[in-house]
Amino acid sequence: MTGAPAKGGFSKIGGDSLNLSGFLQHLVNAVSLGGIYALIAIGYTMVYGILRLINFAHGDVFTYGIYFAFYGVVLFLMPWWIAFVFSIFLTAFLGAFIERIAYRPLRNAPRISALITAIGVSFFLQNFAVVVFGGRAKSFNPQTGIYPTSFLNMINIGNVRIPILTFITIGIVFVALILLMWIVYRTKIGMAMRAISKDIPTTRLMGVNADRVISFTFMLGSGLAAIGGILWAMKYPQVYPYTGMIPGLKAFIAAVVGGIGSIQGAMVGGFILGISEIMIVAFVPSLAGYRDAFAYAILLFVLLVKPTGILGVEVSEKV
Amino acid sequence: MSNQTVLKIQDMHVHYGNIHALKGISIDVKAGQIVTLIGANGAGKTTTLQAITNLVRKSGGKVFFNDYDITHTSTHQIVNSGIALVPEGRRIFPNLTVYENLMMGAYARKDTESIRKDLDWVLTLFPRLKERLKQLGGTLSGGEQQMLAVARGLMTRPKLLMLDEPSLGLAPLLVREVFQIIQKIREEGVTILLVEQNALAALKIADYGYVLETGKIVMQDTGQNLLSSDNVRKAYLGVAIA
Repeated sequence: MTGAPAKGGFSKIGGDSLNLSGFLQHLVNAVSLGGIYALIAIGYTMVYGILRLINFAHGDVFTYGIYFAFYGVVLFLMPWWIAFVFSIFLTAFLGAFIERIAYRPLRNAPRISALITAIGVSFFLQNFAVVVFGGRAKSFNPQTGIYPTSFLNMINIGNVRIPILTFITIGIVFVALILLMWIVYRTKIGMAMRAISKDIPTTRLMGVNADRVISFTFMLGSGLAAIGGILWAMKYPQVYPYTGMIPGLKAFIAAVVGGIGSIQGAMVGGFILGISEIMIVAFVPSLAGYRDAFAYAILLFVLLVKPTGILGVEVSEKV
Repeated sequence: MSNQTVLKIQDMHVHYGNIHALKGISIDVKAGQIVTLIGANGAGKTTTLQAITNLVRKSGGKVFFNDYDITHTSTHQIVNSGIALVPEGRRIFPNLTVYENLMMGAYARKDTESIRKDLDWVLTLFPRLKERLKQLGGTLSGGEQQMLAVARGLMTRPKLLMLDEPSLGLAPLLVREVFQIIQKIREEGVTILLVEQNALAALKIADYGYVLETGKIVMQDTGQNLLSSDNVRKAYLGVAIA
């Protein structure tokens, strides 16, 4: 458990050839990146499952999650872990607030109106961040005291050296995913979420306040996005107003690849995207420059072979 | 109690765009009765029930439930005040188990003990559901889904149960069973508003009936009198009048 912190939380691999230890190192990295994509993808898929809306602002909600954590520590001088938890809740409320003021008034409007509104909200959040937080990237480096530098210490397993942070990331991702599944499949509000995704009017006829369930869904998705955002910022240690664009887009692709509307699908899609992104570069280093293109290649392939996504089912149009 | 009006609809209108679907209908449902609303396809029967529960917007008129004005109350609050609607086409949640479907009906209730009791009650009314509690709603047959839809409606513990075409698409034997169960539910003190295309079966068990034609009430009388009325027999019971 010793050693110098790796740059940006990434473990560097010595040598060019891919041996077993190198493979393990890549695999752990890949799983942690995939997990982050999965956390974000769930927010897209849950909102789509209920409202048939692609929430384009979700990537920016992710960005705000990082900002809230950053300012919690830097401006409000909270201990890092309080700031992180605080950010998760604040981001959750931001998500519900966006739904309340931007999407709910359009509940009975044509779906395209809500979609365009989502794009508008995304632009608004990005530009609001430029104005309020500033356009220059803020460093999310532990050296500046955002979180303990000990997270970047290396764990040696044989001759594999992996930063503790990577394991923390994987651990938190799995705890969050298990918690989510518990909420969706074992609690009353989760039951209402599953019901409402099939039939909103009939859910109302059960005496359920549908708007409250929809708000809760946005909170859950946004909270997970904040967790993903903080983990992302620890991996790629900076934040600027457009931080969420690429991971947001990739997570959206992950949701489509897994089958949009399906929570398990979003998880599968997230891991597939994250793992293939890292592993393809690991096996064929000359492709490193095309890293961001893999997601689209996978998307095209899945759409050609199974247009509903890996775990998706045919969604009948709602009347 | 028996003559108290539970549901009072006054001059209710509904527009779908330019279409005037309900042209000012008035209906009274008295406590403990089975009241039926019959009419052909497209007469506005389903619209009436959806307008009562505010699933569609009323463009005029008033609705009172036990003397409370519920004209503009939101759907879930109407349900929680004691009106259940078993919608046309059953609308079972296919991705939820039978047990979860029933628990959705009890969603807003907090009294665990009486939820338990009502669950036992609906499972004695529909014993077939008992064997299927863990099965997904979407795997049930049409008849079983109809029973689940009624049972789920009862789990909201309604004072007024509104049923939209419960016999639709069911085999004749099942239709008889459903109508017997409706009478059993009434015996438990639940008032019933039954919307049906199967006029004969509905009028036989109804205390009072309304005939709806293109958005207007054209006739109303006791179930017995409507059954023997020439106009009803000709138009809805398929009986040739010599």
